[in-house]
Amino acid sequence: MSNTITFSIDGKEIECKAGRTILDAAEENGIYIPRLCHRKGVSPHGSCRVCTVIANGKPMAACTTPVTPGMVVENDAEEVTAMRKAIIEMLFVEGNHFCMFCEKSGNCELQALAYRFGIAAPRYPYLFPHREIDFGHPDVFIDHNRCILCARCIRTSREIDGKEVLGFVERGPRKKVAANAEHGLRETEIAVGDEAMAACPVGALMPKHVGYQVPIGKREFDHEPIGSDIEKEAKASTK
Amino acid sequence: MNLAERSFITKLCQSCGKDPHRLMDIIIGVQGAYARVSGDAMNLIAAELGLPRVDVESAVSFYQFLSKEQKGHVRIRLCDDIIDRMYGFDRILKAFSEELGIGLNQTTPDGKFTFETTACIGMCDQAPAALMNNVVVTNLNSDSVHDLVESLRKNLNPEQLVKKTGNGNNSHPLVRAMVQNNIRRRGPVIFQDFTPGEALRKGLAMSPMEVIRSVKTARLRGRGGAGFPTGMKWEFTRAAAGDRKFIMCNADEGEPGTFKDRVILTEKPNLIFEGMTLAGYAIGAGEGILYLRGEYTYLLDFLNETLKERRASGLLGKSILGKDGFDFDIRIQLGAGAYICGEETALISSCEGLRGDPKNRPPFPAQKGYLGYPTVVNNVETFCCVSRIIEHGAGWFAEHGTKGSSGTKLLSVSGDCRMPGVYEVPFGISIHELLEMVGADDTYAVQIGGPSGQLIGRADFQRTICFDDLATGGAVMIFDEDRDVLEIVQAFMDFFVHESCGYCTPCRVGNVLLKKKLEEIRAGKGEPSDLEYLKSLGETIKATSRCGLGQTSPNPILTSMAHFPDAYLKLLHEDKQGYQPTFDLDEAVATAARIAGHGRVHHED
Ligand SMILES: Cc1cc2nc3c(=O)[nH]c(=O)nc-3n(C[C@H](O)[C@H](O)[C@H](O)COP(=O)(O)O)c2cc1C
Ligand code: SF4
Ligand code: FES
Ligand code: FES
Repeated sequence: MSNTITFSIDGKEIECKAGRTILDAAEENGIYIPRLCHRKGVSPHGSCRVCTVIANGKPMAACTTPVTPGMVVENDAEEVTAMRKAIIEMLFVEGNHFCMFCEKSGNCELQALAYRFGIAAPRYPYLFPHREIDFGHPDVFIDHNRCILCARCIRTSREIDGKEVLGFVERGPRKKVAANAEHGLRETEIAVGDEAMAACPVGALMPKHVGYQVPIGKREFDHEPIGSDIEKEAKASTK
Repeated sequence: MNLAERSFITKLCQSCGKDPHRLMDIIIGVQGAYARVSGDAMNLIAAELGLPRVDVESAVSFYQFLSKEQKGHVRIRLCDDIIDRMYGFDRILKAFSEELGIGLNQTTPDGKFTFETTACIGMCDQAPAALMNNVVVTNLNSDSVHDLVESLRKNLNPEQLVKKTGNGNNSHPLVRAMVQNNIRRRGPVIFQDFTPGEALRKGLAMSPMEVIRSVKTARLRGRGGAGFPTGMKWEFTRAAAGDRKFIMCNADEGEPGTFKDRVILTEKPNLIFEGMTLAGYAIGAGEGILYLRGEYTYLLDFLNETLKERRASGLLGKSILGKDGFDFDIRIQLGAGAYICGEETALISSCEGLRGDPKNRPPFPAQKGYLGYPTVVNNVETFCCVSRIIEHGAGWFAEHGTKGSSGTKLLSVSGDCRMPGVYEVPFGISIHELLEMVGADDTYAVQIGGPSGQLIGRADFQRTICFDDLATGGAVMIFDEDRDVLEIVQAFMDFFVHESCGYCTPCRVGNVLLKKKLEEIRAGKGEPSDLEYLKSLGETIKATSRCGLGQTSPNPILTSMAHFPDAYLKLLHEDKQGYQPTFDLDEAVATAARIAGHGRVHHED
């Protein structure tokens, strides 16, 4: 078949359809590549860099890099893990993440990645930025303190919900998500049932009135590390 | 928003065909006329162009020269880079502040003046310099600041500040700038006479493939910094499928310490446009765009006039020089203050009317560039080389320079030397030879290639400028012994933090962390383990960043640590009691103490 290609991840030979990204091809083969800004069903963004792998000797973002024939990918390598940890720690110190009293705790992908990588405390100093909370909408809010600028809400809203409610403004360290209106979310068409609401990996874009409803023990990442679902599927299918 | 503004904006949008890809022209136009792009203006522009309002706000807030808040009639932007800092930046800043009665980033209560700083404006050879709206003022000192402000108070017209114009085309009626060219050395390629049409006539007698072959035989490599083989880039773009193809000239020249493109744009615009036209012929493109950095707006009318003359002479437009089927034209796209827009995919984003975020690669511009069509992006100087290669032949060109780096290179030399300015030298020249040429006798350190390049010391002065050794887009900054290496490094890190687009984590966050650590070390709070911290953080940023900005931004720290270790070591000390020197107890508990109503917390030293 001319439209399948073969490549390797950590020495394991893998086949996939031409045009697949490294991240997708790995996932189809039961290999989890950690990711934050990537979300199935919307166009890849390539911004968080947590999915960094070494492809043919060069660090690349797995979510935006297509597989090429014979490509040699390193995913489970010390060097790669070190880079990913550093990036996750950067995200922690960049914002104000107080997991112990955050309603997203246990369902937060950033927190779950920190657990998966065994990060107890970041090596970098906290930047403690002053950030705002947009609480003006009756049903939803954005807490910018927890935003990691992954654009999952922006892309999901535009590509899945077919709405234009959010975008990025400013640049560099001041970059932030903004409502498509002069006075915040309340002037937009965002609704609590939007797919965009489910897209936020952290506790930034959140529904009101439902905090802390899932008891500890029943939250998404309470029992198994993030990525286990992908890895388990592989084990099940090889049995 | 009053009726006049409303109708101004509506007309502007109409004149751009209500094309959302022309957003840059529209917001730059509104900013120019009203000294802001207000929320109402954003709503109107969004409605006219059929864009979400937040996309307009996204662009306005991205570019340094655009603003939602009201700026003064005259916006004074003092150039802030290491060269200006060496030549009196602090004094000038204070003088402006005193004359205007405001601090940085403030506007006078009468709305007349706004005072700001801005990254390198490409005038390091005549620093300190500033922009007054679009007018460049150079060689500032405390006295001239007084006179400038005095004169502006009278008429609020910065153009009246230009009493004496500079040499060459700086005195052209459409330029009228006090800028000097400072061409110190003319080589055979760029700074010789050129008759418009000379190269094109020869090129059009060849087949497009022959033109590409000539560029390859000449072994031309890109002059913007990365040194990619130009002929190969053109071949890819020619081979790529697309109904339309584009040629883009990168005149963003944002790398601090680089100003050679400014001089080419002033003196040799025909050489650039002719090279772009040849490229269009070679790859089958019908349209060209020259992206001119906002800092060089003073050259815009002159460049447009040159384009007009070329159209009138049949060098642009339909059936160029009578060649049936070869139609090509060029327009100029202004930028608005963003170093990242020099990165080729960010440049394309900006031309498309977006914020200047780089794009994911692949696809590369050669496959999918401007508006998704195959696009060639080359530096100003690269296009000039192309014109000469076709004019004089590939063999002639390749005789200059070295085997791996053919031709000449324009260097922008600034800092501690007697003759700062632009030098056209053959590739392969050593740093020693260069320093002698520019009148630098007591050099301690040289920054090659701007902040994204490397800082080298005496041990490396026998090395040569070429793609295989010391590569440079053109910047050469010279520093004597009495300069503080870490002050230089600090200025560069400030720059990168300011200019990061903020898209990817390592560049957005990592550079802030590098900058903070450097500040701590300079404040005497460094410890020996900081060296490893800087190195490992710097390497991570380089490896994982999404574009060339983050992939090079740790270079000032990494190369200065390698070549000037003592600059760091003398500031680092182990705390004998095992305390962390960076930890400041008073600062750590300041907020809590304030809330609790305590004063300073006392502790034993
Ligand atoms: C942050 C950044 C800024 C850049 N700025 C410029 C610039 O101002 N001018 C330029 O020609 N190239 C610049 N480049 C390089 C361009 O991306 C691109 O490689 C170049 O324009 C290609 O032209 P060349 O092959 O003729 O050099 C920059 C790259 C980066 C990463
Ligand atoms: S490295 Fe990342 S954040 Fe920095 S300029 Fe490039 S894309 Fe933007
Ligand atoms: S998941 Fe690939 S960059 Fe974020
Ligand atoms: S626990 Fe991650 S954002 Fe709250």
